[in-house]
Amino acid sequence: MIWPSKDLLDVASLSREQAEEFFQYADACEKTDVSSLGKGKTVVLLFFEKSTRTRISFEVAAGKVGAGVSVAYAEAISVGKGETLEDTFRVIQSMGVDAVVVRHPISGVLERPASKTTLSVINAGDGMHEHPTQALLDAWTIRKRFGKLDGLRVTVVGDILHSRVARSNFHLLSKFGVQLTAVGPATLLPAGLSHFGVQTTTDLDKALIQADVVYVLRIQHERQQKSLIPSVGDYAKGYLITADRLAKAKSTCVVMHPGPMNRGVEITDQVADGPRSLIFDQVKNGVAIRTAVLAALFNRRPAMTTRREVIAL
Amino acid sequence: MSVLIKGGRVIDPANRLDGTYDILVEGGKVTRVGASVPTGSHQVYDASGKWVVPGLIDVHVHLREPGQTLKETIKTGTQAAARGGFTSVLTMPNTDPVIDSPAVVEFIQLKSKEQSLVRVYVAASVTKGGLGERLSEAAGLKAAGISALSDDPFTVMDSEVMRRGMEYARTYDLPITTHCEDKRMVVDGVVHEGEVSMRLGVRGLPAAAEDIITSRNILLAEMTGCHLHLAHLSTAQAVDMVRAAKRRGIRVTAEVTPHHLVLTDHAVEACGAHAKMNPPLRTQMDVKAVREGLQDGTIDCIATDHAPHTALEKEGGSLSEAPFGIIGLETSVGIVMTELVHAGLMTPRRMVEAMTMIPADIFRFPGGRLTEGMAGDVTVIDPDQEWTVEPNQFASKGRNTPFAGKRLKGKVIMTMVGGEIIYEG
Repeated sequence: MIWPSKDLLDVASLSREQAEEFFQYADACEKTDVSSLGKGKTVVLLFFEKSTRTRISFEVAAGKVGAGVSVAYAEAISVGKGETLEDTFRVIQSMGVDAVVVRHPISGVLERPASKTTLSVINAGDGMHEHPTQALLDAWTIRKRFGKLDGLRVTVVGDILHSRVARSNFHLLSKFGVQLTAVGPATLLPAGLSHFGVQTTTDLDKALIQADVVYVLRIQHERQQKSLIPSVGDYAKGYLITADRLAKAKSTCVVMHPGPMNRGVEITDQVADGPRSLIFDQVKNGVAIRTAVLAALFNRRPAMTTRREVIAL
Repeated sequence: MSVLIKGGRVIDPANRLDGTYDILVEGGKVTRVGASVPTGSHQVYDASGKWVVPGLIDVHVHLREPGQTLKETIKTGTQAAARGGFTSVLTMPNTDPVIDSPAVVEFIQLKSKEQSLVRVYVAASVTKGGLGERLSEAAGLKAAGISALSDDPFTVMDSEVMRRGMEYARTYDLPITTHCEDKRMVVDGVVHEGEVSMRLGVRGLPAAAEDIITSRNILLAEMTGCHLHLAHLSTAQAVDMVRAAKRRGIRVTAEVTPHHLVLTDHAVEACGAHAKMNPPLRTQMDVKAVREGLQDGTIDCIATDHAPHTALEKEGGSLSEAPFGIIGLETSVGIVMTELVHAGLMTPRRMVEAMTMIPADIFRFPGGRLTEGMAGDVTVIDPDQEWTVEPNQFASKGRNTPFAGKRLKGKVIMTMVGGEIIYEG
């Protein structure tokens, strides 16, 4: 497949065609033994922010393509107070590493350092900006379930203001003609959503009615401190996704969540573990997508996305 | 020493001049303005085809000295001013230490005398340390020679303190120039709150944060009778509020920067931290409103808010981490001429007025006009010269401009202070 650059920093810059090609590549990788695609390659997972599921997901993915993997935790430091990200990348590059997966608390922090290194840089979440592999796995999951993306209605519920997952999903899904709605208290709905073609509402029940997918975001307790929610309990009264509320939704409506879940705050046990839930499919698909991302970046060259081509590689 | 500036288009709004005149500068003063002044033994400066205007005045610059000399010094900042055609600048108090005592004022005056070719006026902080809690000692500061009080860039959030600060400003007959921003609404803000902040995934600086304090300060000005000068106006709402306030007879004046007249928040996506400043670039609607405000006099003058930072600070990390501020002294004339005057959106007279007579009168500086007997501060502009903005050639230490590489039409080619040519380009 043709991958647009050496990095995966965001989905905003992918075209619909590129994303579709990637989904087909991921389909193919899923059905094949890809253990030679990363042979002799090394990837470093560099986390400046806590991560469990994304980290493990990438570690497992690296194993699947036969690549060496090393995990490092680092403290995010301000400019001028320690080693720059650019220098960190240079150090890792000098060790003969091929790719680095980075999670960092500051939005947009990767762009410049990525342009200064030959390492493939994969964004595992930068501040509130993007989480590209999450959006790719989410869209792929929806596509698997419904056989398509076009024309579907996806409602995202929760703390959209702070959510890189929401932003990446808005970017990617809007390329496929998905109708997007954002729901939450007004404090958590950022200005500027309409420019993304996203409808906003504070009325959850209304937003559930025609939805094909309800995508639930995590609420952080810290938001109470900044007057964004009066309390998590109060938030739950308005926006907790329960089986009762979902009863008004279509019978085919599914529920997704990027995790980790705050059970009882944004989603009930009944829904999280119920028949509508795709939450654990997302996790499974996350490994497949990240496997495909590594495979694609390690084997960058123009190629057709056929199963034959993957085997040949 | 005498210089005869010959045959230029003299634009001097204070004296209602716009035509071809000669200007004779002798002994540091303008001695004659006339249609055809005999050459005699004077040194002749041929200004034919050029504009001859009063020395430009920038009432909002950050010279960064004392204490922040990696970013800029009085020497380099005033050299930048000279290249930009400015003969007088008003420097802001957020230095290190903050300008809140006669000692710091005197330091700047001495340094300027030693190292600056342009006139440096000083704004002192309305509160000690710029902390917004205790008033600075206005009597001593006035005696030391400050021209204004200011809270730039740290808005005095306590309205009681601001009220008292304004009353003191009135007591000592000082204008107070204010940075209007509700600090609690802009925590971690990086760019204007809107489409771009959403896309970049960063916190925004909402327009309302500026409008709320603008409104408050106008009301306090009405209450105290103080002369309020609003720094770097950037929102449509603020323009409306100033218009209404002036109609009510409140003593309020306002300035706007060249960048707010020209750019929107989209510039941040193209230029990164070199388009990051406070107040931020906003929307097309705001740009339109400030242009109209400048045109109809609601906004009185243009001031650059020249704010140099080191390359490491602006480029070493991400947009979120970069400090606020861009330079402006060396591009102000070029930008205003290219984007407004040549575009037919502003008359040459209005531009000159907004950069000379009006800022001079607001802050009671001598100058801003080419009146016989007054100091020979003169700027010559080539209105048609095309040039490319090359930051590496700036006199300023700062390179943080969103206009790098931009092709402009209109350039300062000579700056004269007290009869002495301090810049020729």
